[in-house]
Amino acid sequence: MVLERLQKSQVMRRGADHKPGAPILEVYGLTVRYNGRPALDDVSFQVPTSGRVAVVGPNGAGKSTLFKVIAGVLEPSGGRVEIYGDKPGGHICIAYLPQRSQVDWQFPVSVADVVMMGRIAKLGPLRWPRTRDWEIVHNALRVTRLEDLEDRQIGELSGGQQQRMFIARALAQEAELMLMDEPLAGLDVNSQDDILEILKFLSQRGTTVMVAMHDLKLAAEYFDQVMLINRKLLGFGKPEEIFTSNRLVQAYGDHLHLVEAGDQLLAVSDTCCDEGEIWREPRPTRSKRHEH
Amino acid sequence: MNISELLLAPLNYPFMVRGLIAALMVGVVAATVGTYVVLRGMAFFGDALAHAILPGIAVGYLFSGGARGPLFWWALLTAILTSIGIGAVTKGARVKEDTAIGIIFAGMFALGIALISTVRSYTVDLTHFLFGNVLGVSNSDLWQTGIFTGLIILTILVFYKEFLVLSFDPVLASTLRLPGKFFEYLLLVLIAMSIVVSLQIVGVALMVAMLITPAATAYLLTSRLPKMMALAAALGSISGVVGLYLSYYLNMASGPVIVLTTTAFFLAAWAGKTVQLKLRAAAG
Repeated sequence: MVLERLQKSQVMRRGADHKPGAPILEVYGLTVRYNGRPALDDVSFQVPTSGRVAVVGPNGAGKSTLFKVIAGVLEPSGGRVEIYGDKPGGHICIAYLPQRSQVDWQFPVSVADVVMMGRIAKLGPLRWPRTRDWEIVHNALRVTRLEDLEDRQIGELSGGQQQRMFIARALAQEAELMLMDEPLAGLDVNSQDDILEILKFLSQRGTTVMVAMHDLKLAAEYFDQVMLINRKLLGFGKPEEIFTSNRLVQAYGDHLHLVEAGDQLLAVSDTCCDEGEIWREPRPTRSKRHEH
Repeated sequence: MNISELLLAPLNYPFMVRGLIAALMVGVVAATVGTYVVLRGMAFFGDALAHAILPGIAVGYLFSGGARGPLFWWALLTAILTSIGIGAVTKGARVKEDTAIGIIFAGMFALGIALISTVRSYTVDLTHFLFGNVLGVSNSDLWQTGIFTGLIILTILVFYKEFLVLSFDPVLASTLRLPGKFFEYLLLVLIAMSIVVSLQIVGVALMVAMLITPAATAYLLTSRLPKMMALAAALGSISGVVGLYLSYYLNMASGPVIVLTTTAFFLAAWAGKTVQLKLRAAAG
């Protein structure tokens, strides 16, 4: 049902054209230090246009740092980032979706106000939103099934609705690369499914989505590619190639416990905030969703 | 005496009329700018900035030999320099922002009092600087207040969406390539200007109340930014007028009574809100 609404909507019209075949994102030897301590160390990779990339790693692995450098908010200590072959600055086609815990939910704005914030770069200074901007905002709200909640103060939303609101804002921004910082954290399974479904559709329509997350199983099941980082890049590719016991131990170190469970290898990590991280090595039959 | 006499009697004095007009304008401008002070958690900064203006006033006072006109510009210059200085100390000295604010605030305030104390006979003027002298508002003061009030409100309206995004989500502002630094400093200058404009009404020591108390009251009562600004402006100006009338009849200093009026509004709104929530909880 969500997919039908998404397909009917006008929101997903693409913004500016770009060179055919050019990767949307290239990162070379990226290093970021906070007070001398490396948060990211010599990270290089390339993301081809469109697709879903899950960025996984323990807490403090540098996932948020990576996103902030790509978004052009944080200056790297070394290396460089290129968006369509250009520096991060000047690209309003990138949307950074904040962690929910970083947001002041008591701020006196409505859902529609926040989504409209995605339009202000297109509006330019000294301009108020026009009919077309409101159309885009309303379409974005419809896509994310928030149209009935547009006048609510943002603190009245559930966690899943709050996350969908930021997706709507990225849609209003007409973003081609969405960087989502822990969008699934603290959400129930249904809310997670809603968001994963929207992400699937966005990638089908040509948007590149990078999602920082903790749940290795969801990453393997719902994403085209996974990136395993712990300050260094430990692997980037198809989930079944990257989530090997060797690499996982490298990423999670002593916090990872490998358990033989029947015919499969079970990896349990205890580094995560409030929920454990579980990954089972792939097996032929599709396993059921892990329940926390 | 009936009510209309109560209201009209003070208006026979031209200084009361000027004071009321000034209080009205200051209530609007301080509360509107104060909305951002409240939402961005800058109350301590606002309080410090108001206090830190004192040496500027003192220098102007010593140079101009008591003439009031130049004081405004000295105060404005000091306020702008201080707000930029606090930013520089925070970055340069690697101390937390509230520590940097505290150091500069106390140092500047002490310097101001030390300078004024060199002129022994003028303790009355010190009191005016500290707590305001709304009844000493001249016609030219009114013009100055009016022009700056208009300028500040116009800037807030013109850059409404930029200030909104910058206050709610600085990271979004940065990815959208808004000139964040420019708007940060513009906001600091607006806060500095509204403090200086309000100086004669409540003085440096109580200034922060005009900035934050009406805005905080409005924050309790509404959940949309434009409504919060409008309500804060209304509460600020009503407090100014009501406070001035009260001070007239109670024969008390006008600045403190105006501030107490804003506090009373806040307490009333808080109590009302609490009762409303309790009733809703009981009903639902």
